[in-house]
Formats: sequence, C-alpha cells, structure tokens
Amino acid sequence: MLSLSGAEPEVRDDAAIGLHDQPLLVADGVAKSFNGVPALRDGRLVLKRGTVHALCGGNGAGKSTFLNIVMGLLHRDEGSIRIDGVAVDFRSAADALRHGVTIITQELSPVPEMTVAENIYLGREPKIGGLVVDFPKMRRAAKRLLDDLEFDVPVGARMRDLSLAQIQLVEIAKALSHRADIVIMDEPTSAIGEHEVHILFNALKRIKARGSAIIYVSHKLTEIFEIADEYTVFRDGRFIESGAISSIDRNHLVTQIVGHEIKTVEKGRPNEGAPILLEVRSLSRGSHFKNISVTVAAGEVLGIYGLLGSGRTEFLETIFGIHAPTAGDVFLDGKRVDPGNPKKCIRQGMAMVSEDRKDTGLVLCASIAHNIALSSLTLRAVSGFVRRKAEAAATDRMMKLHRIKAASPNVAVETLSGGNQQKVVFARCLLTNPRLLICDEPTRGIDEGSKQEIYAFLREFAAKGNGVLVVSSEAPEILQISDRIAVFRQGRLDHVVDGHETTQQMLTDLAS
Amino acid sequence: MVANVISNVATGARSKSIAAIGPYLKSFSIVIVFVVISAFFAVANEYFMTWLNWVNLLRQSSINGVLAIGVTFVILTRGIDLSVGSVMALAGMIAASLVTSTNQHFVLWAVLAGLGTGALLGLLNGVIVTTFNVPPFVATLGMLSMARGLTLIFSDGRPVPNLSESFRWIGGGSVAGVPVPVLILFLVFATGWVVLSYTTFGRYVYAVGGNDKAAKTSGISTRTVIASTYVISGLLAGLAGLVLTSRTTAALPQAGIGYELDAIAAVVIGGTSLAGGRGSLVGTLFGALIIGTINNGMDLMGVSSYYQQLLKGAIIVVAVMLDQFRK
Repeated sequence: MLSLSGAEPEVRDDAAIGLHDQPLLVADGVAKSFNGVPALRDGRLVLKRGTVHALCGGNGAGKSTFLNIVMGLLHRDEGSIRIDGVAVDFRSAADALRHGVTIITQELSPVPEMTVAENIYLGREPKIGGLVVDFPKMRRAAKRLLDDLEFDVPVGARMRDLSLAQIQLVEIAKALSHRADIVIMDEPTSAIGEHEVHILFNALKRIKARGSAIIYVSHKLTEIFEIADEYTVFRDGRFIESGAISSIDRNHLVTQIVGHEIKTVEKGRPNEGAPILLEVRSLSRGSHFKNISVTVAAGEVLGIYGLLGSGRTEFLETIFGIHAPTAGDVFLDGKRVDPGNPKKCIRQGMAMVSEDRKDTGLVLCASIAHNIALSSLTLRAVSGFVRRKAEAAATDRMMKLHRIKAASPNVAVETLSGGNQQKVVFARCLLTNPRLLICDEPTRGIDEGSKQEIYAFLREFAAKGNGVLVVSSEAPEILQISDRIAVFRQGRLDHVVDGHETTQQMLTDLAS
Repeated sequence: MVANVISNVATGARSKSIAAIGPYLKSFSIVIVFVVISAFFAVANEYFMTWLNWVNLLRQSSINGVLAIGVTFVILTRGIDLSVGSVMALAGMIAASLVTSTNQHFVLWAVLAGLGTGALLGLLNGVIVTTFNVPPFVATLGMLSMARGLTLIFSDGRPVPNLSESFRWIGGGSVAGVPVPVLILFLVFATGWVVLSYTTFGRYVYAVGGNDKAAKTSGISTRTVIASTYVISGLLAGLAGLVLTSRTTAALPQAGIGYELDAIAAVVIGGTSLAGGRGSLVGTLFGALIIGTINNGMDLMGVSSYYQQLLKGAIIVVAVMLDQFRK
C-alpha cells in the first residue's frame, strides 16, 4: 500500500474536478517482471470519459505489458488499477470484459464464414426456447447497433467478403455491444488505407460522444495528433509524462518517446546527370497498374506515394519479379531484367524489403543468422554446401552494422522487436550487394528511433551511388527521404514531383 | 506487438543460455524419453537388454526409420506424404518381378527399378502439389490409392515369391554382424542429416516451411524445393520397399498398408512441427526407435497386439502434448 499513497496526490488532482468527471480508469505504479527482468516498472494512466488517450512509447517501453495487465492477460506484481473509483484485479480477459474493458488488436479474430450479425453475437446468440438461434432477432439487434454507430456494414454479409476496415468496425461494434466503456486499440491502422482510417476515426469520435474512452496505441504520430485528446508516454518501463495533446507538438512527443532529441536526416541532392540505374518502360499488370514508365538514377531515392489499392505494392512486386507483367520491360544498368523471377532479379542486383515482414519478409521461427543468410546462400555456397564460417562472419558484420540487438545470432527472429526484425530484413537484402533496394512500407509498425535509423541508412545507401525505390503511405516519411516522388492513383502514375519542394498538403491532394 | 514484447522480455533473461544449449536440450529430451522407455523394458524383461535383441530391434525399426526420414523432409516444408506405404509396395513389387526364378536379372537393375519407381511417384506428387496447387494431403491421399491400385494391377493381386539369393541379402544379410537394413538406415540418416544441416538445399527446406512467401522474396525457387522433398520421400519409400520385399522374401500386393502412419508418427514424436519449418532428423530417428522399442518390448512381455495399438496411439498424443507444453 506504500507505493499507492506515494502517488496519490497526482490522481487526486484529476479526480478533484468533480464527481461526474471522475476518471474512468486510474492505473498507478503498475509493475511487472519476467524472470526477474522488469518489463514495466511504473505504469500510470488516467483515462477520462469521452476521450481518446494515446499511449506512446518505443518498442520495449512497456506499453504492451501495461495493456496486457489492464486486460487481465497478465497479472501485475505491484500497483493499483481502479475503474470508476473501484479497485479491480482482473484474472482473465473475460473478467476484464465483464468490467467493460475490451481490446481490439492487430490480429482481428472474425469467423470468416459467418455473417456480421453472427460474429457480433457469437457465443451469446438470442435463442428461442433456449435452443434455437433467433436469427431475425439477432439481425435486428445487430442492425440497430451498427446504425446507432453509423457504421456502413451490411449485417447479412459474410465476414470474408468485408474489407479489413469493415472487419475492424464490426469488432468495434462487437466490443461496444458488450457495453465496453474502455476500448483498447493496438495499432488499429497498420493494415488499412487512408480512406478507411478516416472511417475508423469517425467511428472513434462517435464512441467518444457516447461517453466511452479509448486507449489508442500507434507508432504513427500523425494519427495521434489527429485523433487523440490526451497522451501518456512510457519509456523503459516507466511513466514519463502525460497531458493534453493540443499542448504539445510532434517534436516534443518524439523527444519524450525516444528520450533524447532525434536528428532528422539531411538529404543531399543527387548529382545532376548521374547514370540511370533503373528504367521501367510502360509496365502494366492487368487491372493493378497500367503503362508506368519511371527511372531511378544512381544516387537517387525515388518515393512512391499513393493510397492503399493504388497499385503501388503490385508495381514494386512486379519490378522485383514476384509477379510477371502483362506488358512492358524493366532495365537495370541498361540490361533487361527477366520478368517474373525474383532469383534472377537478386542476381542482377536488386533486393526487396517487402511490405509485411511477418508475412513475406522473414522466416519467423528461424534464427537471425539463417534469415540474414537466406538470400545470399546460393551466391556464397560452393557445391551446394553452406560456407558456415563465411556465413557467421557476414551475420556478425551485419548485426553490428545495423545495430541489431539480440543475445545471439542463433535466437529466433520472432523473439525480436519490430524494429530489430526489420533490420534483419535489411541485412538479408544487403548481403547480396544490391545496387537497387526496393522497399515497401519499410517502417511500418516500428518505433520512431528505429525509423530514423532506417531513413539515415536509406540515404546513405543511395549516396554510395545506389538507387532506392520506396513506397510509403505516410506522406511525411516520403517527403523526408525522397529526391523525387511518383504519385500513384488508381493504378496510374499521375505525377512525378520534386521531393525537395513538395509539401504534405500537395502530396495528399495529388493522391486522392 | 503485445506478444512480441512479452517474449522479448522473457527471452532477454534466458536467451543466452537457451541459445547455447537449446538445440541440444531439444534433441536431448527425446533421447531421455527413449532411455526411460528402454530402461522400463530392461527391468520388465531380462532378454530386452541383450545384443541379439537390440540388433533385432534396430532391424525392425529400419524400414519405418527410412520412411520417416523421407517424410520428415516433406513435413518440414509444411507438407505431408500419405502415399509412402503404397509407393513402397509398388516399388518392391516391380523390383521383385525382375529377380524371380523365371525372370532373373542382375540385382542392381531390380534395385534401380525400385528406387526409380519411388522417385518417379514422388516427383508426380511434387508436381501435383506445386504446379497444380493441390493440397499435399489430397495429392498424396490420391497417390496412396493409385499406387496401391497399380500394385494390384501389376501383380494381379498375387504375391511374387522365389526371389533371388542376392536380392534377399538386402533385407536378410549382414556386414560384420550388423544387418544390412540397419546399415541402410544409418547411411540414409547420415546423408539426410548432412543435407539438412550443411547444404543450401537443407536451409531452403526449413525456410520454405517456415515462411514460403519470405523464401520466395529471398530468391528461392520454392516450387523446386517443395517438389524435391516429395522426390526424396518417394525415393526413400522405394528403398524401404526393397528392404521390406527382400525381408519377406516375396513381394506382397498388400505390403506396407498403414506404414505411412507409423512414419508420420515417428516424425511427430521426434518433435518436427506439422506446421513446417521446425524439426530435425535426430528427432525422427529417435522417434522411429521409440516406436520400434515399444513394439519390441511389448512383444517380449507378451502384450497383445491390440493393446500395443492402444498404447502406441496414446504415446504419440502424449509426445505432442509434451511438445506443446514445452513451447
């Protein structure tokens, strides 16, 4: 109880405003260790009704441990959590749900073959005579729920036919149908496009208006400034500060998250008249993108900006040979690239950091060393045998170069943080000595510190006379690293603009 | 992200020691299970620990061991091969037909024909799975039936007896007191182990099983790798078919029925994940030895084969349960 009384005054400040303004959730001095290693030393959060509260922090800051404790998935070692002034101690997620706390994670869990209504009322279907599911009643209830929230989702549709954003809306509706007062959202926008983010944010505003509160976790700072009312920063397992988001700026938040000021990467202009490294001539692939011609000069970073579904990912994957084009050619260093063969693309000097490192970038269950060596095995191997010493040396070099933090090169990559995982992908790509690096959303879901390291690396890589082709849906990111920006819209290359002179507003206007 | 951070923290403390001894510990645990089971039978029956019985036990395990090693390759790529029992029957039948008293060829041709049959059917499995995108379970289930059908058609449902002396040496002979099937098992194991641990192909097998999309992005011809594992499985089924036919001194059309299940069981007991990407041949070898030991030990104790079936099934499930628990 000693730790409680020490932190009491802070809580009282907020609580003193008035009874009706009593915070919904107050967490104080929450701590948790794993095998003696503290993951969370002092977690604090004061969540008010009708607010979106951004919980910020780098990887390893303790946010996830904190949220897992709030959700009842983990049990705290110390500290207190109070909901509506009543001390609670959840033993399971079901327990938390009964007290109005629910989480919507990145991994959504719908039953694809069931309808929207069936998913919402899964496990608590209205029944006739306690036996038969009352489908009409269920549909009516679901429709009322979705209409109230103004979510545009048909109740009779099967989940597998919905877009990711719609599935997310259904999950939110499901959470609210449980009368959840506190909704935790963990990286809710990592897999959806800009338009859908807009839908989601409108939904969040309606939830706020109902008096519920949202704990919002995202690495995308732009979003936090758009949607959040308040913020709390954790760093190294400790509460750092909290306040109203309107009272701070982006730089302040980044500094608090990282713990020191971050120097943003300066980009020099590439030499005029540098030789063309990559030339794409009238490349088309079915309905995904049509007739795209673009070049990347040696020393240049070409950014590709476009909304999700604009054909940008398909375009990159076609250049890298994962898909075969329906028309057009790709030339690297003046030599035509064999279409539809990633292996040959790698041999000719390309490498690709794919959009989703878990899905297409890494063999999660394999070790760091094995992942790093994967692309270059054939290049290094003599007569089919792995050259183990060369492999170990190369792994070691790459881990140092990219500051991959791990106990040993033999640990499975699934145990690493997102930032470190992404560095492993980069290391694998670089070991084949590429001249052109193709990156699709290279900083998705990783913390601000690691992001800046990756930007610096990309600029440095280009400065050595190589080329970089990078897709991102975050306008500030594209503007920060690109020399030129190609704007994709509905499978067509609309504009190529100068990366030094364009503003964020211009970019988003061009893309929509 | 949530799970990520937890495991991060959890591994932070232990990862050094786990990284160093983890792989050994994992192979160890199956060895310990093997030793415990052996110790139990050694106490229960005095004959169990004799040299003669161990030679016998190893010989009994050799066919399943060879099959299981082939199936391990397939399972590592997240596939499954249900056809090995039938493939070994057809391979054995075709080989036997070349070394009967009425149709006697040089034994090498029979061996090559048997191995070739296995590899060819394996290749067919591989092509059906990779080129036509038929799920491995379905493709090899079809092959299970087709290969059995071909065996029956080829033999007209009759056994092929009176095999030549030199052919019978494969299953019945011995070199310096070690039965030939046991030698074959260890040769296959050693080769397979080197391939999986030291060659780029072996690395690709693990990578494809762990994440085929990432493997493809890394420039690996995933189709070739996957198809190759079915060829290996078929080839080793052919080899097992030669040993079985030679040991029974006649090719039987119903030979090898249900053998695929014992082979898969050995792989699973050995800790190879059906989800692909994780596992080892050391595990598979001991998996096969454990099944062999249970069969052998219970035979010695006079346990009815009905109960043997029951116990074997239970051990498979418990082994996998322990594996899940360890994770």
